[in-house]
Amino acid sequence: MSQEQPKKVRSEFIYFAWRNVKLRIGVSILLAFVLFSIIGPFLAKHDPLEYVGPMGAPPSREYWFGTTTFGQDVFSQFAHGTRSTLLVGLLGGSIGTLVGILVGLIAGYRGGLVDEFLNMITNIILIIPTLAVLIIIAAYLSVRGIFMQSVFIGLTAWPWAARAIRAQTFSLRVREFVDLARMTGRSSLRIVFTEIAPNMMSYLLLVFILQFGGAVLNAATLDFIGLGPTKGTSLGLIMNNAVLWAALQLGQWWWLLPPGAAIAAIVGALYITNVGLDEIFNPKLREM
Amino acid sequence: MGRYLRRKLLIYILTFFVAVTIDWMIPRFMPGDPVSLMIARIGTRPEAAEVLRGYFIKAFGLDVPLWQQYLNFWKALFQGDLGVSIWLYPQPVIRIIQRAIPYDLFLLLPAIFLSWFAGNQVGALAARARWLDNTILPLGYLLTATPYMWLAIVLAWSLGNVAGIFPIAGAYSFAIRPHLSLQFILNLLHHWFLPFMSLFLVMFGGWAIGMRNMIIYELESDYSRYLEALGIPQSLIRKYAFRNAMLPQITGLALQLGGIVAGAVATEVVFAYPGIGYIILNAVQNQDYFLLQGCFLFIIIGVLLANFLIDLVYIIVDPRTRLGMTGE
Repeated sequence: MSQEQPKKVRSEFIYFAWRNVKLRIGVSILLAFVLFSIIGPFLAKHDPLEYVGPMGAPPSREYWFGTTTFGQDVFSQFAHGTRSTLLVGLLGGSIGTLVGILVGLIAGYRGGLVDEFLNMITNIILIIPTLAVLIIIAAYLSVRGIFMQSVFIGLTAWPWAARAIRAQTFSLRVREFVDLARMTGRSSLRIVFTEIAPNMMSYLLLVFILQFGGAVLNAATLDFIGLGPTKGTSLGLIMNNAVLWAALQLGQWWWLLPPGAAIAAIVGALYITNVGLDEIFNPKLREM
Repeated sequence: MGRYLRRKLLIYILTFFVAVTIDWMIPRFMPGDPVSLMIARIGTRPEAAEVLRGYFIKAFGLDVPLWQQYLNFWKALFQGDLGVSIWLYPQPVIRIIQRAIPYDLFLLLPAIFLSWFAGNQVGALAARARWLDNTILPLGYLLTATPYMWLAIVLAWSLGNVAGIFPIAGAYSFAIRPHLSLQFILNLLHHWFLPFMSLFLVMFGGWAIGMRNMIIYELESDYSRYLEALGIPQSLIRKYAFRNAMLPQITGLALQLGGIVAGAVATEVVFAYPGIGYIILNAVQNQDYFLLQGCFLFIIIGVLLANFLIDLVYIIVDPRTRLGMTGE
């Protein structure tokens, strides 16, 4: 479809992308956080876990986000936490998307017994609450890192993606161009990746964005229960410590509120970006 | 209908099987030795540690071959034996969980049903209504993107700590002994309101957006256009659209259960509300693996039951499943 005039299609995409307010807002917020996660840790004057300042002090010029009950610099924790949260999102989201694509494409294209089997597994993992499994796994790990966490989050988050991609593949594989490709004698693997997958590119991008957001939320919840990384900080871990050490009762809002606000902003921006992209890819949804 | 239900039931039984297997496998195949880890955590006195080690090895059944361990695990499960808690030694895990479940139901059922109902109504109203849409949609996205624990923290901080209207911890005041009286019930509700609200609001956002999008989709479809061309009043077309848009929302409820469980866990942690989530927090802090595994199983059982109930509702609501016209 798009082979004749790829240039025009791309410029049309950019045209609608630029016009779309939702996309602009979402991407700006995300870029701001990405930038902050790169620069932020260098702006922080103190080590995130070091006991440097006065105990439980509200924000000041020296400690921009105040200090914890133990005198740690909240801004420094926040900057490092944002970085690790985005890393978990990127890694966990990528793994979840990749597994989802693989399972979905194979099940959808192969059909038959392979599909029956993969679909059964997908449905089973779909029902089991992700967080419950993650809790059990994380509890038995004596040393937990961001990388491990992302891997486990990704490996438990793929089922809905696989299901959606399988449905898309189903509808694409009976198209004529796929039949033609099959007639030329190409291998199934090549057909799947050169004929079917490119036609879902826009959809796959949306899946990745949602997986990214899901990974961020899952990681935050896991950290919040106390199963976060054993070394270092994360936004969920800051909240976990704040609640455990009675920041609520003591009214230390500077410790309580920023990490969750950042998570809400990141995930919200991802959702808005997703809706914006959806409107660009799907002309039916555009509001003129 | 029989085929539809049988297929679903098969998946649920398999899921339960897989979940129990995971529950059994993880402590045994993860790197590290949970028994010495637990003893290192608790073992204050060496003689107590020795007794505990003996107990753990016997309780885990680590002295018999793996296949037998697996069978024993199932056997114990059917006898309701989930081991003994470390956090609240020597209470059996099942008793601790039984005590917590009423609080979970009390919190979750109203939050799920009310948010689903209200979200659907508001979302349906907002679709294609410019002014309402422009306010509800951003608000909905904001709410649904908010992590449960953060909304809980914000509510607890603003309404609990700053304004001082609501208590921020526990299911009832420590000063009151649980008994059946108006005073106690009011106290219970007073403590219940904020956790309920934080769950309700986040879920509400999701349902409202889902419904709004579905209604727009339905209003764009051919049957709506046809009705419009016939000159049928908008209100009637919307009614049909609503009934059709309802089906994905019911399926959505089943798909959201995992997220709702996570939300409930986080919310209970914030408010120290004595449901499963609060137990999980304590189990994590005390390295209470039996309790953790028990909570896992109960969450799975709860989710499976809820899924099954939703399937039954779906059969009532969607005639196609009764006639065997849908594969899944």
